[in-house]
Amino acid sequence: MSDIELQVSVESLLARYVHAIDDDRLEDWPGFFVDQGIYRIVTAENLERGLPLPVMLAESRAMLRDRVNSLRRANVYEAQRYRHSVTATLIDRIDSARVRATSNFMVVRIMRTGESALFASGRYLDRILLKGDNGQPQFEERVVVLDSRAVDTLLAIPI
Amino acid sequence: MSAILASRTWPKEGLTRVPYWVYQDPGLYEREQERIFRGDAWTFLGLEAEVANPGDYKTTFVGDMPVVLSRDEAGVLHAWENRCAHRGALIALRNQGNAREFACVYHNWTYDLSGTLTGVAFRRGVGGQGGMPADANPASQSPRKLRVESYCGLAFGTLSTRTPPIEAYLGENIAVRIRRVMKEPVKVLGSYSQMFSNNWKLYMDNVKDSYHASLLHLFFTTFRLNRLSQKGGVVVGGDGGNHVSYSMRDTGTAGEEYAREKLRSSNDAFGLEAPGLLEAVDEIGDGITLQILSVFPGFVLQQIFNSLAVRQIIPKGVGRSELVWTCFGYESDDAAMTARRLRQANLVGPAGFISMEDGAATGFVQRGVAGSPDRASFIEMGGDAVASSESRVTETSVRGLWKSWRGHMGI
Ligand code: FES
Ligand SMILES: [Fe+2]
Repeated sequence: MSDIELQVSVESLLARYVHAIDDDRLEDWPGFFVDQGIYRIVTAENLERGLPLPVMLAESRAMLRDRVNSLRRANVYEAQRYRHSVTATLIDRIDSARVRATSNFMVVRIMRTGESALFASGRYLDRILLKGDNGQPQFEERVVVLDSRAVDTLLAIPI
Repeated sequence: MSAILASRTWPKEGLTRVPYWVYQDPGLYEREQERIFRGDAWTFLGLEAEVANPGDYKTTFVGDMPVVLSRDEAGVLHAWENRCAHRGALIALRNQGNAREFACVYHNWTYDLSGTLTGVAFRRGVGGQGGMPADANPASQSPRKLRVESYCGLAFGTLSTRTPPIEAYLGENIAVRIRRVMKEPVKVLGSYSQMFSNNWKLYMDNVKDSYHASLLHLFFTTFRLNRLSQKGGVVVGGDGGNHVSYSMRDTGTAGEEYAREKLRSSNDAFGLEAPGLLEAVDEIGDGITLQILSVFPGFVLQQIFNSLAVRQIIPKGVGRSELVWTCFGYESDDAAMTARRLRQANLVGPAGFISMEDGAATGFVQRGVAGSPDRASFIEMGGDAVASSESRVTETSVRGLWKSWRGHMGI
């Protein structure tokens, strides 16, 4: 794969991922990961201090599906949506099958009351398998690094 | 006392009614700062493990007042107001760090690790010009020093000489349950905050409300983690403002309600695909799977399976508050135990399967009561008692919070 093809392929994954979340297609979310994929939300402060505490952690697609099930059926939170913006994606090849990607994100949260505000900013640190079991690139690991140590009210929907 | 405050009288029903002005009145907020946070109460400052070494410090708050918790060269803990003696700037500007001394950035006045003023820049002027008069006493406006007492590695501070020693303030029925969690040296796994759009007391109401656990947090019920039919109880301690709510491992021998709930959840056909999340070990060895403990005004100690944390609620104005979570394990933890605690961290914090609703619910109350300062909540689960209870279908510890609060506030 040429550098350009690689860039297009990875950015397409990142774009499809955020559209799925922003369109409330959470059931599609686990499919962006390999079966034993890892999803972790951490704060930049804990990361810099070498402290492992996650805000959210899934170590398999099954755990991602549990998160979605819980959000749909158990957890109680006020109606809200996100709008993601993902930019400045840098890609490094690990081997012929995988790459590392780093990108910036901003998430606006839109509440049912009409309140619309910046909810989170940060970086995605990704390890991506270029040809996953769906024929598309999939995340082996996606670490969401929140710039802020504080979250407003709650973080229900994944980032 | 503000004019608004003077018109406030508590409902005649007593502790079974909490008037909504308690969450809304700026005059009351100021009085809380004075009588509670700067008054006769212990505020949690941090884990000793957060400032383990000489020179370690962290910044925190006692009410609105910024505070530094530090450890000096001899290993002694100090807490002092983060306010420069000169013109009042913050002295320490990081969340945590290690220092030999502190220098205020504004005009470079310096402080030692106990918060004592040690230097005034250009005190004698420059080249014989300027400087302070010989009899000036810049230390007269020094940052205040707090009394610091540590209990099982939990550091508390108070400005008042009248606050009873921490162990007496906790009460033995609370202290014993702190000891069971803080049983050995701890190591910090990380920290984060949650910002709430509600008065700080609404969060403490929520923490002390054992009635809501299985009703609001459906994750509990759905996965049968905690139902009120499980063995457990509520302990009220101190002057009412301290509490413990706990539940025991389900032995499968509970009665009729259990059967009913089981029926409902099996109809629901809802289970975890990856139940490893809930794989827990009884590390304390007493069968208690969940213990939530609070100390007036704003401290919480949590054991939810193997997820251990301290939480501290910090008021940020009448309708805002910050909840600081610090999750920890024991120094003796092996890699498997640490991995287990990190997995179970999914249960708590802003994205917690069983805690995300709390900040939402308390915000709903703040918004719901906006037009009704003179109406009141109805808190009669368990009658009007402020006492320990074997049932968790009670609001006894909520009433205890208000008993303690009214005592401090003289309302
Ligand atoms: S305000 Fe601190 S040195 Fe002037
Ligand atoms: Fe709760």
